[in-house]
This record gives sequence, C-alpha cells and structure tokens, in this order.
Amino acid sequence: MARLIAVVGAGPAGMAAALAAADAGAEVVLVDAAPRVGGQYHRQPPPGLADQHAGPGFARLEAELAGHPRVRHLAETVVWALEPRPGGHRLHLRTGPADSPHRTARVLDPAALVLATGAHDRALPFPGWDLPGVVTAGAAQALAKGQRVAVGRRVLLAGTGPFLFPVAQSLIEVGAHLVGVLEANRVGATAAGWLARPAALLAGRAKLPELAGYLGLLARHRIAYRTGHAVLAAHGTDRVEAVTTARLTRDWRVVPGSARRIAVDAVCVGFGFTPQLELAVAAGCDLDATGTCVRVDIAQATSTPGVFAAGELTGVGGADLAAAEGRVAGASAARHLGLAVPVPRAALRQVRAGRGFAAALAGAYPVRPGWRSWLTEDTLVCRCEEVSYGALCQAVRQRAALGGRVLRLTSRVGLGPCQGRICGRNAAELAEALLCRADQRPPLTPAASARRPIAAPIRLGELATTPTEPSEHGFASTDPTDRSEA
Amino acid sequence: MTPEADHRGRPGPSTGDAGAPQVTVDGVAVTARTGQTVAGLLVSAGRTSWRSTRGGGRPRGLFCGIGVCFDCLVEVNGVPDVRACQRLVADGDDIRTAPRPRPAAPGGPAGDGTRTGEA
Amino acid sequence: MAAHPDVVVVGAGVVGAACAEALTAAGLRVTVLDRGAPASGTTAAGEGNVLVSDKEPGPELVLAQHSLRRWRVLLPALREELGPELAEVEWDAKGGLVVATTAAGAGSLTAFAAAQRQAGVRAEQLAPDRVGELEPLLTPGITAAVHYPEDAQLHPVLAATTLLAAVRARGGAVRAGVAALGLRRAAGGAVSAVVTSAGDLPTAAVVNACGPWAGAFATAAGAPITVLPRRGVVLVTGPLPPGTVRHKVYDADYVGAVASGDADLQTSAVVESTRAGTVLVGSSRQRVGFDDTIRVAVLRELARKAVALFPVLADVPVQRAYGGFRPYAPDHLPVIGPDPRVAGLWHVTGHEGAGIGLAAATGQLLAELLTGAEPHVDPTPFRVDRPAVLTGAEVRA
Repeated sequence: MARLIAVVGAGPAGMAAALAAADAGAEVVLVDAAPRVGGQYHRQPPPGLADQHAGPGFARLEAELAGHPRVRHLAETVVWALEPRPGGHRLHLRTGPADSPHRTARVLDPAALVLATGAHDRALPFPGWDLPGVVTAGAAQALAKGQRVAVGRRVLLAGTGPFLFPVAQSLIEVGAHLVGVLEANRVGATAAGWLARPAALLAGRAKLPELAGYLGLLARHRIAYRTGHAVLAAHGTDRVEAVTTARLTRDWRVVPGSARRIAVDAVCVGFGFTPQLELAVAAGCDLDATGTCVRVDIAQATSTPGVFAAGELTGVGGADLAAAEGRVAGASAARHLGLAVPVPRAALRQVRAGRGFAAALAGAYPVRPGWRSWLTEDTLVCRCEEVSYGALCQAVRQRAALGGRVLRLTSRVGLGPCQGRICGRNAAELAEALLCRADQRPPLTPAASARRPIAAPIRLGELATTPTEPSEHGFASTDPTDRSEA
Repeated sequence: MTPEADHRGRPGPSTGDAGAPQVTVDGVAVTARTGQTVAGLLVSAGRTSWRSTRGGGRPRGLFCGIGVCFDCLVEVNGVPDVRACQRLVADGDDIRTAPRPRPAAPGGPAGDGTRTGEA
Repeated sequence: MAAHPDVVVVGAGVVGAACAEALTAAGLRVTVLDRGAPASGTTAAGEGNVLVSDKEPGPELVLAQHSLRRWRVLLPALREELGPELAEVEWDAKGGLVVATTAAGAGSLTAFAAAQRQAGVRAEQLAPDRVGELEPLLTPGITAAVHYPEDAQLHPVLAATTLLAAVRARGGAVRAGVAALGLRRAAGGAVSAVVTSAGDLPTAAVVNACGPWAGAFATAAGAPITVLPRRGVVLVTGPLPPGTVRHKVYDADYVGAVASGDADLQTSAVVESTRAGTVLVGSSRQRVGFDDTIRVAVLRELARKAVALFPVLADVPVQRAYGGFRPYAPDHLPVIGPDPRVAGLWHVTGHEGAGIGLAAATGQLLAELLTGAEPHVDPTPFRVDRPAVLTGAEVRA
C-alpha cells in the first residue's frame, strides 16, 4: 500500500493526524484500543452531562472522521508489536475485546506511521499507595467520564500540575465529595517557573480563563486547593480509610509538625505523565534529553524516516497542542508518501506557541526530589512484584546493581505484568540517588527501560498462530470475513 | 470511516438501555449497562478490590484505570488475566474475581521447581 | 590506586566474574572493567543453565561436569565468606527433562542418552507413560523421555554479582562504565597496560572476557580471534500457579540446534518456570550479527513449539520478550588460554549458550593456567592457537 498511513492512537493528536493525512489524499488506518475515538481526553461523555471538553468540537471531529472516505478506524485494536522491514515498519494488530484470546489478527505494512500513543499518569510511591481506593487521577477521571462512577464518596485529589483541575471537575460532576485538592508545588515555586518564561506565559494566556474557571468551581463547592501539600501516607487494612497529609518544603520534604490525618475512602494521585514509548522505541526513534519523550523536529518527524510522532508522546502540553501536532504530523506523513501537501502554517504556529506553554508547565510543576523521603523501608516501589524500597536499596548497595537491566534482575523491580510502566521511572530515580560515586554510574540508556517488544498483552496461543506477513493489499488477517482494503 | 470492532458491545452508556448485558459476577446474576467496563461494573457495585497479590496476598482493585498497571485483573469466561478497566462487559459474560491466588496444578508441590532467573 | 593490579579482567559478565573470583582466590590483585554495568550483557539475557543434558560426550561435556561440581563447592564457600544474602544465587537442582515427540526423535534421544551415560552423565530413560509423574501438564504425545537429575539452574545476574562481591571483598576492584580500548606493550612485546576510557591502567596480564564482543577487543589489542555472536530470544509469560512446569523441559531437537553452526533460524522448545512463577520459553539461534531486533516470526515459532509441549500455556499472556547474543567460536568450543602472539594477553570466551554453567570451571582453569598451577581440566581443546579461532580471524574481524 503505497499510500497507506497508519495512525496509532485516536486521542486529539491521532484524530487530527488521521484527518490531515486523509485530506491530503492518503489512505489512513486509525488504530485505537478504545471502542470510540477520543482518547483519554475526549473520553465519551455520559449523556445528560454537559462536558466542556467533549463538546461540539469533538462531535464535529468524530463525525468528520466517520464520514471520511479515506479513513478506516480500527476500534478495540492494539498494536502489540512493531518491527522494522525494508523501507518501513510492520505493525502487528489484534482487534477484539480487551485481553480476549479470540481477537482478530492483522498485519499492516504502512508507508508511513504516525505515533500518537499518549501518556499515562505518573504515580509516586508513598506508604500505603497500593491500598485499594488509592488510584491515579486518570483512573478517577476515566471512571467518572467514561463510566459515570465516582471512585469514592470522600475523595482527596493530590499531585502536581494543572491537569488535576479537570479531574476535580469530573469528580464533582459524578457527585463525589472532594475533600481537597493538594498541589505539591508551592505557589512561589510555581510562579517562579512561570515567570522564567514570560513569552510562554503569554502564549498560554488562552489557558488563563480556563484556569480561573476551575478555581471558581472549587470555590463554589468550598473545596480547599492547597499548594505545597501532599499525601504522605494512606492508611487502612483492606482499603484506604484515611490519609496523612503534610506541608512540603520547596523540594518536597515534609515540614515537621505539619502532618494531618483526614478520613477518606478514595485518594487520586497524579504527578505529571509518562509517555507510552514502547512503539516509538521499537521503531528506533531517538528520545529527548529527559529520556521520557520522543524527539521530533518542526515537522513532527522522529529520527526514524517515515515515522512521525504527535501529542503527549513528544511532551505533555494539553489537547490543543496535541491536536496541532497531529495536524502537522499527518501532513508530514502524507508528504513522506509523495503527496502534494500545503504547509500547515496555522498548525505550525500553534505548535510553536504550545511548546512554549508546555515547557513553562514542565518548569512550573516539576517532580521534586523530596518525594523520595516519603518512602519507608517497607513501602512498595514495584506493585506487581511487591518489591519494597528496602529491597531495592539492598540490591543497589549490596550487589552494586547499577544498570537498569541488572537492577531489575537483582531486585525484581519492574519484572511483573506491568513491565515497569508504573514503577520504572521511580525505581530509576531511587537507584540513582543511592549511587553517590560517579564511577559507579554506567551510562544510562533511557530507551532501554521503555523497550518492550511485546507492546500490548498477547496470549501464547495467539502468538503461536499469528500471521507474519501482510496480504497483498497490505493487510493480513486471521478473520476470514475481514474485507481486504479496496 | 468504517468503524470496526469484532464483538457485540456497543459503546456509550444509554438511558433506557434496552440491550443491557446480563452477566454473572462470581456466579451472581447482574445487569450491567451497555458500554460499561468490568471495572466500572465492579466499582458501581461498591467493590474496591477483587484480587490479591501472589507474594503478600495484598488486596488489589482499580489503580491506573487505563490499562497500564495490570492491578485490576479478573477472569472472564474462563480466561484469566483480563484487565477489568479495559474489558467491556458483554451479554452472557461469566466474570470471576480472584480474592485468593489461583491454586497449584494438580499434585504440584507448591514452591517446588519454580525458582530462578530472568522473567 | 595504591598498587597496580596483577591482572585486569575486561568484561564483568559471569565468565569474567568467575575468572576474577578464581584469580583473587589465588591471591592476585584483580581489577574488573566493564564498559557498561556488570552482568548487563549476555549474562543478563541468559536463563541460568547449568546443564549436562544438552552436551554430547567430548571436551565441553567434561568441562560442564567439572563446572557442575565446582559450582557446588564454590557456592557454599562464598556463602561462608560473604554471608547468605550476598551469596544468594537461587541455585535450583530442578533437573532436566528431555522429550521426543516423534518415533525418529525417540531413537536418537535414546542413543544420545546412552552415549552420555558412558561418559558418566546420569541420564534416566523414562517410560513415556511415566512422564506425567514428573510433568503432569506435558502433552501426552511423548515418544521418549530422559530425566537428567544433575541439571541445575541459577540466577545468572545474582551469580555474577555474587562473584564480583567476592572479588571486592578480597581487595579487588570492579569498575563499571570504563571501556577497555586496547593495550600498551613493553619493549619486548608483552602487555604493560590496558588503555581505557578512564586512562591507562598498568598491568602485566589482561583477560579478554568480553563474551560476544571478545573479537572486537582482541582486534583492538592487536591479536584478533574469531568469536561471533549468535542471537537468542526468550519469551516470558505472566505468572502461573506453582507446579505448572517443574523441570527444565525441552524437545530433543534442542541438542541438534545447539551443536549446529547453521546461520538460518533454528528454534526448539525449551520451557521452564522461574521463582516468580513466570515461564521462560526458548530457544532460538540465529546468526544476524549484532542486530538486536526482536522478530515476530521468531517469537511465533517459540510460542508454537511451547504450546505443543504444554498445551495449557495457550491461554497464558506473554509478558515480554528479550534477546541476547551468545559468543561462539566456529568449532563451538570455549576459548580459554594465553594468546600465542601477545605475552600477557589471555582470552576466555566462546561459551555460546553455556557460559553460566561453564563459568565456575572456566574461571578455575584460567587461574590455574595463569598462575602456572596444574590444570584440573585438560586445557588443550580450548587453547587459543587452534585453527578455528585464529584462522580467518583477520578476514572476519
């Protein structure tokens, strides 16, 4: 398929990329794990509740995609492997109910690829963070927006960054009693971060009314918004029953004497986001200096020819920036196919402004090193393999477990079902802090920790029968009723 | 666009839900809502945990909510290790939560021959 | 540094670590260098095999038998020296179970086991209908089975880091993130120092224990040898109930794949569980240079053969796949000994997929040769100046 572009991820970036590429004349396959387009941001709004995000703009986008003759949406579809082939990449897909062993297999050889796989909440460990009722902010939002269920009755929201606000709104909308919103960064620290980039602040001025709206909402519901505060511990036996909160120093160490106990039945935590890098790493894309995001140029091209990236994969900056990046990436992918595409000037301008805003955000709401002081010996770092902070320290100190792979194999951190998606960054930072001598530090390879050749769950029996080559039309499928591409 | 999915579940909660899926949770009949995930169903029913860890027997339920953490695993129609937050309920589903770790294979001396190495 | 090391070991994988352990036990001052983290290369990709079952009678089997005995002596000694925590390597004498699923396979497995018995291997032929007592969930379609109670497994990264801990405890040094770039030679031609990314390190003896990268270091040292990488990939399932897979179980065609030098992809079913409850599914052998791409076609073959052996695995989720590079010489024998061209340079590599198991005897043999002691194993088959290792080295390098 000389004109086939695969777009992975149907959030704001992927939707925009699919439309831009299809409008330019390309045939587009838009792949997403969810049953509907929209991603985490435009999660299907429950009827009867006005949702300012998934408003008329989203409905129009969804309709436009649905009516486009050159866009084929593969819903409930995961890309479980991506491998290089001469001149491009090969995608291995499974379509069907999540984790079912009876899904349809497809193999796709697109001429260009747009990765818009998004990000998930970063959760920091603290004593009791693995008690049921402690969830990520994203989980609470997905439950509220997608399932119309409140994660608890008395809920505390804690973490850092403005993305806590829409979560607060979602929780209020489904009737949760929000007992407070704790922002770990202090006002002064936040303002300094913003002021360091006045141009970005200006560029982000469109966000200010939105921010004011959220603060107004919290005020109307008499919900305390406390900066410089965090949840230090969750208490309970089979579920969370209470939390200890405390005031933090600028570096997120606990201010002595500031601890308070609050009764809650749910805690939602979010400390920024971790981009979902596995497909980008499988495609050989270079990461940026932080090692957490894919490096792209002005045209959203990654270091791998024919592979473009957009949205939170390239840095977290909100849905508007993601959509603008998607438009640029879609146009660039179409141009890669040799199609004549006008320069997406407006989108390029939005990306430039948005990136400044994203950088200001990152500067204003960093994760500061004092979080490491919240842990006790028996705090789990790895939830899957139940590796405690004490065990991690022991592996690093006794075994001199320096590299990521060696640390994983000696401590078992990150070796469970989530494969380090939740604990990888945290464990790496904890281990690094334990190594004081420079000659104990081998060169870090961030891409290695995101290397997951099995990018999504697949069963051994599915793998045993998986097609390895696409059909002549660019698709291979195990489903005899599957229509080949026209 | 040609939306494709290979099963009957249609997304989007709807009022009056004529085709509401009838499922069982641990053998008990439950009426779910169209578009509901297994996790949505369990949390709606007041469950906060539905699994225990292998090592410490710690209770686990929903955590990341978007398919990343693998905390919320359930068994659906006899197949274990299904992420409750990702799986849409479908009519007739037999959903089993696992409050205790699964038993050993018949005659298996627990802990024997299960050591070592990479994983 | 107060004194220069007597020996510099280049490469902190399990083989380099075992050499350094044996050298420090002999009283030498040793520094181990690794360009990355210790035990992060081939060692971290291994399954931890300490096997006699897959070796035909010959010098490698002899080395394997010695190494099995050596591990059994060395590990308790290290436990005494370092304490139980630091000496924990998850040694598991789980035993191997080799099965055939065809009539032809049954014949060759039975003959192979008979020859091994002649060479002193405990290889117990089982009636096919009794295999279920050892592995209840194995496919019923077994035509022959041999139980190897001597086969064991250990955790390769724990083993290597334990050996390195012993080196440090005896005053040796382990320097991570320091790359060895070449050698300095004295007027007579003998080694006088290792050139490293952190400056020159004076020494009179250098051990090239770079595994699959040993050829590159040998070339940089001015003494090329032929050691090539052979790709291997392993699948890891999600955690399963204890007792699902109890031994190292593999199809008899594995032995043929191990001995083959064919460049084409070869796969055979090798299935075993780990302490974490996960099941490891191997094994593949392929000559693709240092290309570390994980290929779906390879994973598919591993999955297909594993499900054929253990049908119960079909519904099990695959948690991850990882790959590594085995170092091999064209004649498939380890390389252990002095370089004939550069005095003071030693090579210890080429253990292919058996480096974990062979490390203990290998380290001991190297230390004996280097100190002039009586070798406990005949070193002749492993000598560096054999045609397979030296001939064509320049061409291939």
